[in-house]
Amino acid sequence: MINLEVPGKLGVLVSQARQSAAEIFRPNSRKYDQAEHTYPVELDVLAALIDGLNASGAGGAGASGVRRDKDGDKTKIRNGANLATVLGTIEMCWGDVGLLLSMPRQGLGNAAIASVANDEQLQRFAGKWAAMAITEPDCGSDSAAIRTTAVLDGEDYVLNGEKIYVTSGERADAVVVWATLDRARGRAAIKSFVVEKGTPGFELVRLEHKLGIRASDTAHFRLENVRVPKANLLGDPEINVERGFAGVMQTFDNTRPLVAAMAVGVAKAALEETARLLSEAGIEIDYDRVGPRAPAVVSTYLALEADYEAAYLLTLEAAWMADNSRPNSLQASMAKAKAGRSATEIALRCVELAGSLGYSENSLLEKWARDAKILDIFEGTQQIQQLIVARRLLGKSSAELK
Amino acid sequence: MAASSADPAAGDRASRGGRDAMGLSLSLLNRLAGAPLLDRLGLRRPVQKAVYEATRTGFRTAAAAGRSFAAARRLGKPARPATAAAADLFDLTPTEDQRLIRETVAEFATEQLRERAAEADQRCATPDDLLAKSAELGITLLGVPEELGGIGTGRCALTSILVAEALAGGDLGLAVACLASSAVSTALVLWGDADAQASYLPSFVGEDVPAAALAILEPRPLFDPFELRTVARRGSGGFVLDGVKSLVPRAAQAELFVVAAELEGRGPALFVVESGSAGLSVVAEPAMGLRAAGMGRLELAKVHVPDTALLGEGSTQTYTECVRLSRLAWCGLAVGTAQAVLDYVIPYVNDRVAFGEPVSHRQGVAFKIADIAIELEGMRLATYRAAARADAGKPFAREVALAHRLCVDKGMAIGSDGVQLLGGHGYVKEHPVERWYRDLRSIGIAEGIVLV
Repeated sequence: MINLEVPGKLGVLVSQARQSAAEIFRPNSRKYDQAEHTYPVELDVLAALIDGLNASGAGGAGASGVRRDKDGDKTKIRNGANLATVLGTIEMCWGDVGLLLSMPRQGLGNAAIASVANDEQLQRFAGKWAAMAITEPDCGSDSAAIRTTAVLDGEDYVLNGEKIYVTSGERADAVVVWATLDRARGRAAIKSFVVEKGTPGFELVRLEHKLGIRASDTAHFRLENVRVPKANLLGDPEINVERGFAGVMQTFDNTRPLVAAMAVGVAKAALEETARLLSEAGIEIDYDRVGPRAPAVVSTYLALEADYEAAYLLTLEAAWMADNSRPNSLQASMAKAKAGRSATEIALRCVELAGSLGYSENSLLEKWARDAKILDIFEGTQQIQQLIVARRLLGKSSAELK
Repeated sequence: MAASSADPAAGDRASRGGRDAMGLSLSLLNRLAGAPLLDRLGLRRPVQKAVYEATRTGFRTAAAAGRSFAAARRLGKPARPATAAAADLFDLTPTEDQRLIRETVAEFATEQLRERAAEADQRCATPDDLLAKSAELGITLLGVPEELGGIGTGRCALTSILVAEALAGGDLGLAVACLASSAVSTALVLWGDADAQASYLPSFVGEDVPAAALAILEPRPLFDPFELRTVARRGSGGFVLDGVKSLVPRAAQAELFVVAAELEGRGPALFVVESGSAGLSVVAEPAMGLRAAGMGRLELAKVHVPDTALLGEGSTQTYTECVRLSRLAWCGLAVGTAQAVLDYVIPYVNDRVAFGEPVSHRQGVAFKIADIAIELEGMRLATYRAAARADAGKPFAREVALAHRLCVDKGMAIGSDGVQLLGGHGYVKEHPVERWYRDLRSIGIAEGIVLV
C-alpha cells in the first residue's frame, strides 16, 4: 500500500539523530569550520553513543547500516537499516555535514566494508574507522583508469600509487584503497583493499584546505610498496571480466543514497533557517496561495522546497529499494543527482534571500552553501550520475555513451 | 454577451463596433472564405471544418438542455467515504486492486486514447464512444461510495491519481474529458448534502453518465481561486450567481456544473448549477491545448439556484480542500503526460542518426533524457505522497503545493525538452510531442476541472 511517510518505529531514531545534531553538531559548527584540520573532540561521546545504538541492533545510525540483509521474507515489504540510515543521516546533516563526515567509525570506507566484505572481514574490521581512497591525481570520475597497482607476492598484496581526497584519511584507523591487479584488464581488475594505518610505506603527504566541510579532514596519501595481507582484499579476488566493475561499484548503490541524504539534510537546514528569517520579516508561506499573486520570495521559496521534497523522496525510494533487495543503481544515481544539485541551488538561493545576513558569518547559511557543493561532486559528480541514468534508460554501454 | 473587462480581447472588439465572440467568428469565416490561398493549397475543406468545430458551440445561446435530476432514494444523512489509516510502513507498492485498475486504464489509454488523440485535438471534441468506454471502465464509480451505487469503499485519492496518470499517458486532453464528470460526482460525494447526493449521484453511477464540469477558473490575468469575481448573492429561496468561468470542460454538453463563486460575506464557495438554469450560456473557448476536452466559457447572468445548491455549507474549508484536491489531480495528469514524453523520446533519440551515430550518444541529448527521468520520478513521488496523505486523513496542503509546483515547473520543462529532442520533427503534428508541449502548459494555469 503506497505510503511515503516515515514509519512510527523509526521515529525514535530520527528524533535522537535530530537531538544529537541540535545539541552537539550545531553548537560546534562554526568552530570547526574555522579551525580546519582540528579534530572535533566533542564527537567522541556521540560516536560511542552510535556504536551503542548499532550494537543494540537498532541500526540506522551509521555507515554500517547499508549492509544488505540477505535473509528474510522477500515477499514482505520491509523498512530496514537502509531507510533508517538515510533518515538518521538527513537529521545529522541538518546539524552539520562536515561533522557527520568526521564521525569516528562512520566513514565511507565503513559503508564499503558493510557492503562487500565477507563475514570474516566484517568481524575482523569491526570497530575500525575506515576511510575510502578512490581518487588519484590523474583520475577522478574515471575510476576505471586507476593507476595504483596491487601485486600478489606470497601471502600479501603489494600496493603502489598515490591517492587524494581521502575523507577522514588522517583520522581513520584504516583506508579502503582501490587498486588494479592488472592495468591491461580494465575495470574488472580493480579491487578494494583495507590498508591499516601505520602500515610501512603508507605515507600521509598533506591535508587539503577546502571550500567547505572544513571540519572533515581530506588527506593525500602515497603508497610505496605497502604490504597488506591477502585477506584484506574485499570481495572476489578473481578478475571476472563479465562481472567487471560490479563488485566495487556495488558499494555506490549503497553509499550514493547516503550522500543524497547528506544533501537533503543540508537543504533542510537552509530552508528551515530561511523560513525563520522570512517569518521575522513578516513573510509566511501559505501553501494554498501559490499562484502568480504570491510574493516573489514565497514563489522562490516554494520552488526550492519543492526541489527539496523531490530529493528527499527520491532518497527514501533508493533506500527503500535496498531494504527490499531490489536493484537500485538507477534510483541511487537519480537520488544523488537530484539531491546534489538541489542542495547546492537551495543553499545558494537561501543565502541570496537572506541577504547580508545569509552571506556573513553571523548565520550558518553561507557555510551550508559552501558545504553543499561537495555533495554534488563526491561519490560521483552530477555529470557521472546523469551518465549512469542516461545509459540505463537508453540501453547504452559506456563505450557508446561516453 | 457582456465581455468581461478583464478580457484582453474586449478592447479590440469594442474598437470594431462591439463585436462579440460570435461576431468575431463570423468575421473570421468571412475573411477565410475569400482567401484564394486556401484553394491553392487545397486547404478549403479542412479549414471550413476546423472553423466549424472550433466555433460551433459559439452559436449556442444556452447551455445543454440537460436531463431533469429527480431525487431518488434519499439517505438519512449524506454518505462520505472514510479515510483509511495507512499501514505504518514506507511503501511504494500499489495494492493489487490499484495495480489492476491502473493496468486496465493504461491499456485503454494506449490502444484507444493515443490512437485518436490527434483527431480529437483537431476537432476540439472527444468522440462519444471513447467517453462511453471510459464510463464502462467505471472511472466515475470509483469515487462514489457503495451505498450511493458506486464501487468506492473509502477515500481513493491515490487510486484516482493512478487512473489520471494512466489516462494522461494516452492523451491529456482526452483524459480531462473522461475525468470531467467524476470531478462533479466526487465533489457531491465529498461535500453534497443528502438531498444533493440523492438528486444527482444516481445519474453518475448509471449507464448514461452526464457530462458535468467543475468550474473555478475565471478569464483574467493573475487569477487566484481565493479571490473570485463570480459572485453569489442571497435571493429569495436561494442564491443568484453572476460571473464568467473559463476553460470549462465539455461546456456545451455539460448537464451539471459545480461553480465556484464568492458568497457574499462568506468567501469563496461551491454551487451546484443545472445546465437548464435560466441565464446560463456557453461560448466555445478553444485553447492552446486540452482541445479534446471541448473547453468553453460559462457565463452566468442572474442565475437562480436553490439554497440546497450550496455545497459543504459554504465553508472555507470545503472550498480550500476542493482547490487542493483539484491541483493534486492535475499533478497526476502531468505525471502521466511527462511519462508519455519520456517513453516517446527514448526510441527516437536512439534511432535518429546524426554525424554518423545515434544522437543519444551525445551528452547534450543523453543528459536531457536523464533529467527528464529524474524530475519525473520526483513529480510522481511527491504526487503519491500528497494523495496518500489525503486518503489517510492527514494534512496535505504542503504536500499538494510542493507536488503541484514540481508538476508545473518540471512538467512544462519536460514538454519543452520533448519537442527539442525531436528537433524539427518535434514541431510538426506527425509526432505527438507538440501536443504534449501545448497540453503541459495547462498544468500551471488550470484550477478545478478535475478532482480526486
